Amino acid sequence: MITLTHFLVLGAILFSLSIAGIFLNRKNIILLLMAIELMLLAVNMNFVAFSYYLDDLAGQVFVFFILTVAAAEAAIGLAILVVLYRNRSTINVQDIDNLKG
Amino acid sequence: MLSALAMITVRNPVHAALFLVLAFFTSGALWLLLEAEFLGIVLVLVYVGAVMVLFLFVVMMLDINIAKMRAGYAKYLPVGLIVGAAMAAEMIIILTKSNFEHAQANAKPADYSNTQELGKLLFTDYVYPFEIAGVILLVAIIAAITLTIRKRTVSKQQKPHQQISAQRKDRVRLVDLDRE
Repeated sequence: MITLTHFLVLGAILFSLSIAGIFLNRKNIILLLMAIELMLLAVNMNFVAFSYYLDDLAGQVFVFFILTVAAAEAAIGLAILVVLYRNRSTINVQDIDNLKG
Repeated sequence: MLSALAMITVRNPVHAALFLVLAFFTSGALWLLLEAEFLGIVLVLVYVGAVMVLFLFVVMMLDINIAKMRAGYAKYLPVGLIVGAAMAAEMIIILTKSNFEHAQANAKPADYSNTQELGKLLFTDYVYPFEIAGVILLVAIIAAITLTIRKRTVSKQQKPHQQISAQRKDRVRLVDLDRE
């Protein structure tokens, strides 16, 4: 029998993995963005699990909105990334220090 | 359960994107198991179909020097693993200690439609957020296009203001030729 706890643990593991991913790949913005997507997925997993086990559809509505916002965020983030690469021809986080005083 | 698949998500570039697709697929399947059919299918369609294609496109378009990117990877490895493992351990400890066993899903009737119920809720109680979500998507479309569009200098187009303001003296020159 799969209980709510199993799904919550799965969400926690996904979240921790994405945090570790941010730490490991902090040179590459694309991978950072992908780690953020994974984080959102973990949160959504929790939402869906609660929505199922507590019999409340509002959780799924919320997941729907999170998906919308995440898609928008990914699109804009990648657009900014493309512009950045065109101007600086690098996506290394450490090279992007234009605003340094 | 299947989360070990996502483990490899934190590796090199194109493979990382593909593994992320795999992670999305498996969680879509898990959502189907949780009777969230609509969201499971939307996840696969939107993420695997659109967002990840976008990611792969950008990864391949911007071909990056991977070796340089990977420099310092080993330096961050221990701290990343420690932080990740610590967070996972804490959350799992708390989650397993707390008791969620009373939460039990009720059996749905046979003709229950997840999509229909979700639609009813979305268009009654959540109409306003729904419309805001639509506006956000529109803003995202416009922002992405305006950010990445490049002014074509080779394209030929008319300039109406010049056409309208053209006078006779700009175009016609009367020349007196000597008769032979």
